[in-house]
Amino acid sequence: MIKLEKLTKIFDTPGGTITAVDHVDMEVGEGEICVLLGPSGCGKTTNLKMINRLVVPTSGKIFIDGKDTDDYDPVELRRNIGYVIQQIGLFPNKTIEENICIVPDMLGWDRKKSRARAAELLELVALDPALFLTRFPKELSGGQQQRVGVIRALAADPPVMLMDEPFGAIDPINREVIQDEFLKMQQTLRKTIMFVSHDIDEAVKMADKVAIFRDGKLEQCSSPDDLLAHPANSFIADFVGGDRTLKRLRLVKVSEAMSKGAPSVTAESPVADAVKAMEDHGHANVVMVDERKRPRGFVHMNDVRDKKGPVSDHYEALEATVDAREDLRTAVSLMFSNDVTWLACTDADGKYAGYITQRGITHLLGETYNQ
Amino acid sequence: MNRTFRVVALVVAFALGAVAYQQGVIPQIIQRWDDVWFLGKEHMLLVAVSGGLAIVTGIPFGIWLTRPSMRKAAETMIQGLNIGTTIPTLAILALSMSLLGIGKVPAIFGLWVASLLPIVRNTYTGILAVPPHMKEAAVGMGMRPNQILWKVELPNALFVIFAGIRTALAINVGTVPLAYLIGGGGLGELIFSGIALDMTDLMLAGAIPVAILAVLTDFAVAQCQLWLVPRGVNPLR
Repeated sequence: MIKLEKLTKIFDTPGGTITAVDHVDMEVGEGEICVLLGPSGCGKTTNLKMINRLVVPTSGKIFIDGKDTDDYDPVELRRNIGYVIQQIGLFPNKTIEENICIVPDMLGWDRKKSRARAAELLELVALDPALFLTRFPKELSGGQQQRVGVIRALAADPPVMLMDEPFGAIDPINREVIQDEFLKMQQTLRKTIMFVSHDIDEAVKMADKVAIFRDGKLEQCSSPDDLLAHPANSFIADFVGGDRTLKRLRLVKVSEAMSKGAPSVTAESPVADAVKAMEDHGHANVVMVDERKRPRGFVHMNDVRDKKGPVSDHYEALEATVDAREDLRTAVSLMFSNDVTWLACTDADGKYAGYITQRGITHLLGETYNQ
Repeated sequence: MNRTFRVVALVVAFALGAVAYQQGVIPQIIQRWDDVWFLGKEHMLLVAVSGGLAIVTGIPFGIWLTRPSMRKAAETMIQGLNIGTTIPTLAILALSMSLLGIGKVPAIFGLWVASLLPIVRNTYTGILAVPPHMKEAAVGMGMRPNQILWKVELPNALFVIFAGIRTALAINVGTVPLAYLIGGGGLGELIFSGIALDMTDLMLAGAIPVAILAVLTDFAVAQCQLWLVPRGVNPLR
């Protein structure tokens, strides 16, 4: 969707020439979020701004949807690319509705259509149109303003969006919330997005692809997991941090590390069944489920070997269970806070789906290093 | 606080009124009402024409100075205008008379020069004060330069521009009496005649209406500022 070919920008300054972007080749597929990451002054923002011609490239080509952007009038080009900046840049003299409708109005949309669109977009980010359409930017909190900044860029439904540290100025708690909202929106909108960030955690969370820049050069462009597991050089390894494997926990879902098809017993089952299930499956614990298949407790091999009676006489309660749709970070955090080495996992209906062990997680994350 | 202030102001106004009556000013104004009315209209006509000209020329000039092509020359020109304002208004009127003779035209020209600077300067600084990121957002969304000027820069600078107009018109109303000296007419006629004839009441019959007109003009412009500047960028609303 977006393709850069040998893109280069050289600035002439009184102190000599500075190569801000140096022969960058990269491609972002349709519906992907590509995060441009790197220390300040690495050329990531210049790279972004060349795509909508806020910075004119010295050499190289930019293709959007296969078409050379040199062939467009820059103004027409920009109207078809959503643009979000860190300082938001809402116009204080205009109401929220007018702000959102700027690009649709310039494109000559029917007034009714653009106004309806503004209301629809506000609802998308959970701001009540009845309250917010007629307000002015100064009457909104920072987080609300940034949400409006994002939907303003979406107003004319551009296929491509450029975002320059869009959530950089928001406090950490709100930032998480807005990032989650945005990812949720992106699941249905499927925009092609270039996103500048200097925060590795944000990149790992948002990106389908991360492009790391240093001194104007593209150092590595790969999926977040690949980047964290196999940094191409020591600069990237340092940049993504010594705890990079821990960061991968966020990228893997519990369901991927979970042992599926694990046996379970009910409260009424005799302990002999439980022992047999454990022996067959080769795990020293078996989960006890209630009549609705929800995990309720477990029995350990050492406690029930050679015992008699139903499971209900011998089980221990489960301190915690984890939803299989969560990421491994949540699972590991639950294990640490409950001092356990394994967790029962539940599916969307709360039914027992399998279990996850520390060994299993270690193995899954370590697999990629043994190849 | 506000209430006390109003009470004090009312008492002072009554006291001044009483003194004025006793000094014979009020009877004088009533007696010369026809003159006051005629010269007052002439006075305000001079304000309207010279002030109006200053607005319609000063704002475009200020805008022109903010254009990228003028970036280097603009500061120098603003400095030049600043030096221009240090020339006393009376001197400007005198110069204007030596160029254009006597009558309304040189008076309007002199008043126009005197009220130009605050308008140009406030337009210039108001537009430059629009944050760069706001302009970046505008460019990035695909606005053309004239759209940015009309939809972003001017509305956001409007409050400051109005402040300039307010200052300019306040100066203007207070300077018009001097226009009498070069044959421009206005309430200066009563003031200077009063001084020449050593008639305090005649002088005050000109001076008090000038003061009232200055306050009313300022009030009128302030109201325009309050209601014409969009709510989102108006600190008064």
